[in-house]
Amino acid sequence: MATLKELAKVEERFVGGHRLCAGCGHGISVRMVLNAAEDANVVVGCATGCLEVASTIYPYTAWNCSFIHSAFENAGATISGVEAAYKSLKKQGKIDKDFKFVAFGGDGGTYDIGFQSLSGAMERGHNIVYVCLDNEAYMNTGIQRSSATPMGADTTTSPAGKVVPGKQQPRKDLTAIMAAHNIPYAAQTAISNWQDVHRKAKKAFDVEGPAFINILSPCPRGWRYNTPDIVELVKKAVETRFWPMYEVENGKWKLNYKPKKYVPIEEFLKPQGRFRHLFAPGNEHVIKAIQKEVDERWLALLERCGETPELPPK
Amino acid sequence: MKNKVAITGNEAVAQAMKQINPDVVAAYPITPQTEVVQIFSSFVSNGQVDTEFVTVESEHSAMSAAIGASAAGARAMTATSSQGLALMFEMVYIASSLRLPIVFPVVNRALSGPINIHCDHSDAMGVKDAGVIQLFSENAQEAYDNMIQAVRIAEHPDVLLPVSVNFDGFITSHALDVLEVLDDETVKNFVGQYQPEEYLLDAQNPVSMGNFDMYDFYFEHKRQQVAAMEAAKKVIEEVGKEYEAISGRKYGLVDAYRLDDAEMAVVVLNSAAGSAKGVVDELREKGLKVGVLKPRVFRPFPFEAVQDALKKVKAVAVLDRAETFSTLGGPMFADVRTALYDLKNDIKVINYVYGLGGRDLRLEDVEKVFDDLANIVKSGRADKFVNYLGLRE
Amino acid sequence: MTPFNRNFGQGGTRKAISPDMNWRELTKAGNIYEPGNSASYETGDWRTIRPVWNKDRCIHCLICWRYCPDASIISTDGKFDSFDYKHCKGCGICAKVCPVHAIDMFSEDEIDRQEEASKNEK
Ligand SMILES: Cc1ncc(C[n+]2csc(CCOP(=O)(O)OP(=O)(O)O)c2C)c(N)n1
Ligand code: SF4
Ligand code: SF4
Ligand code: SF4
Ligand SMILES: [Mg+2]
Repeated sequence: MATLKELAKVEERFVGGHRLCAGCGHGISVRMVLNAAEDANVVVGCATGCLEVASTIYPYTAWNCSFIHSAFENAGATISGVEAAYKSLKKQGKIDKDFKFVAFGGDGGTYDIGFQSLSGAMERGHNIVYVCLDNEAYMNTGIQRSSATPMGADTTTSPAGKVVPGKQQPRKDLTAIMAAHNIPYAAQTAISNWQDVHRKAKKAFDVEGPAFINILSPCPRGWRYNTPDIVELVKKAVETRFWPMYEVENGKWKLNYKPKKYVPIEEFLKPQGRFRHLFAPGNEHVIKAIQKEVDERWLALLERCGETPELPPK
Repeated sequence: MKNKVAITGNEAVAQAMKQINPDVVAAYPITPQTEVVQIFSSFVSNGQVDTEFVTVESEHSAMSAAIGASAAGARAMTATSSQGLALMFEMVYIASSLRLPIVFPVVNRALSGPINIHCDHSDAMGVKDAGVIQLFSENAQEAYDNMIQAVRIAEHPDVLLPVSVNFDGFITSHALDVLEVLDDETVKNFVGQYQPEEYLLDAQNPVSMGNFDMYDFYFEHKRQQVAAMEAAKKVIEEVGKEYEAISGRKYGLVDAYRLDDAEMAVVVLNSAAGSAKGVVDELREKGLKVGVLKPRVFRPFPFEAVQDALKKVKAVAVLDRAETFSTLGGPMFADVRTALYDLKNDIKVINYVYGLGGRDLRLEDVEKVFDDLANIVKSGRADKFVNYLGLRE
Repeated sequence: MTPFNRNFGQGGTRKAISPDMNWRELTKAGNIYEPGNSASYETGDWRTIRPVWNKDRCIHCLICWRYCPDASIISTDGKFDSFDYKHCKGCGICAKVCPVHAIDMFSEDEIDRQEEASKNEK
């Protein structure tokens, strides 16, 4: 694994002057992923969302490489087209340089509206990397719920009200769905462990064929936590097993990190304003339900990864 | 060298695509376009083209992938019909605004609902304001010829816009027709190599495309698209002349048939123009001064050419194979009427909506239109602007 | 790196892009031909708190560089060099992740007041 001293020498592909909010997780995630491409030629594709609208406000682009955005629900299809062009032109000798292709989409652009386009791109086997920057809601349009929003979260379309305590449904397990496409590489990672992000991004760039990475990418505005605490908060997402780090390579599931002890989900929920209402009397059942979901998913994951399905000691 | 062959419209278009040999094709099947995709797939499978064929999961993705490919520097195509074009709608605007010269046949079919697989032009008319150049084809020969010219029009540096080549579902797409195809080498030389000025795969000059415009720039970028559309008119005529030199067939913005001394004219797109021409020939035998104007180009709208062709007639009937539900008739009616208004010649312009969902346009229908026009000329009055042809009232 | 117009297709000369330009002068399709030119757009004035580096404490681990969302920590030869105050938005993440507390956050207002005061002293 390269050291930060070495990695800091790689040319920056996502430079300052973009208009993401101060402390936005997307800036961190994108920088980490592109850094792992090292000195390769990269074409970046991007779905509509906070990242895109904040990074390409004409006449300024934060992308220090070729970049294309076309719409919200089609980053998968658009980058497939770029990759197909590369294959064709290369085969015909019309270009000589090598390229890597990566598309970024938010959870809305990936779990929901862009799901079909992504599924198609993965199934067709393009040599591309798709990175979902999961901040668990449609942030760009003002924090509406998505299928990645956790149960109980207060969003503008699942507001915590007098009778309904936030979002009613559990999250879609997108990483598992992508793994079910039998692509060479699917992984879930978290910025709290930069080595893990780096290794997975590098692997994704290196494998022949489609790769998918799901990154938990907090939005201080939508999650309402203390902005500087981002890394600590993501660490809690991992320690509570809310966001396990794992990878599926050629069909083989592997857990990358196992918390030593049982950390209750409250530790992840409590610092965030979007879950504040859950700590009011009468909403205990929601926290219980979230915990149940986390525990069940964890056990299922352990089983898939060939580990003994047991919860960490309390 | 020219070859006479008996093939269908779909086969002719697939043949043109093969000869153009695009770098990337991304398409999804839909009746009546399906054969184009199937035939082209076999060219790919048999190594007859260099194309990467992207078997997308929808038409929205077809246009998206074509956009990605074209932006990357490839000559890219897609093909569709009806619901497929409707699903692509969002991306047609974006292909145009990104100024990508994507060529795509549209095999015209009615839009749902009710679901119907037969010909009308409601699909094409849905994207008439999307910033895409629209060529229309009377028959398989024209569809073939338009495909080849479309590449040159789209890629012209003054244009750089998507071009759709429309031809009638089943009537043209599935009917066997005798046409002349060019040999591969002639087509190859005519279309040349695509040389984009900027493209994503230019390692030395990275480019950022599809950026976010605020109110301070968006309007100007839209104006640029209009300028490209305007420039396209001249380019279409120039390319038409060059094409005539290799094919012997003439192509301009409009096809004016027996209009020189005409008093009455019908304006109609695609295959129905063939029927109208037949009726005109018959009526001419009887001494009636009638003619047909077939716009080959609908977008950009050939305003001046339409004025020029119709300035001396007394009454015009615009035949629209699509509704607008504006209660003011079909889409072409509004444009033709607007073009003629400024001539101040008191030309009477009326509208007939015909052939929706594949209903035949019978020769008697066209004769009735000319009858109506004759009455208008005689009385000097046109009372009913919007009419339906072949509809059970 | 002022954004300029390479003017493909639609006339004009190479010129810095500004909202005063007419449609002929702007880049085709809103394409941007200088990668990373947002570097010339300053976001430093968004900042209400400012990270300040404590040279003596710094162990040059570059964790701060890794976690800055705005690429505003400049490193040279694999070492912490300086903050890019033109772009730093003052999110405070670097100060939080620094393992040895070599970054402190100060209120910009406070810094302004102190600077004003020291100017007056002179
Ligand atoms: C077809 C379409 N529908 C809706 C929108 C509006 N829209 C733009 S971004 C967005 C939400 C983006 O959410 P996500 O993908 O999670 O990205 P984030 O902004 O949270 O990073 C929505 C709903 C759109 N641009 N296009
Ligand atoms: S709203 Fe959230 S996701 Fe969007 S830029 Fe701000 S912090 Fe980032
Ligand atoms: S994180 Fe702290 S110690 Fe490490 S380089 Fe930055 S300032 Fe220095
Ligand atoms: S305060 Fe935030 S933006 Fe500024 S250097 Fe630190 S991490 Fe980067
Ligand atoms: Mg989101």
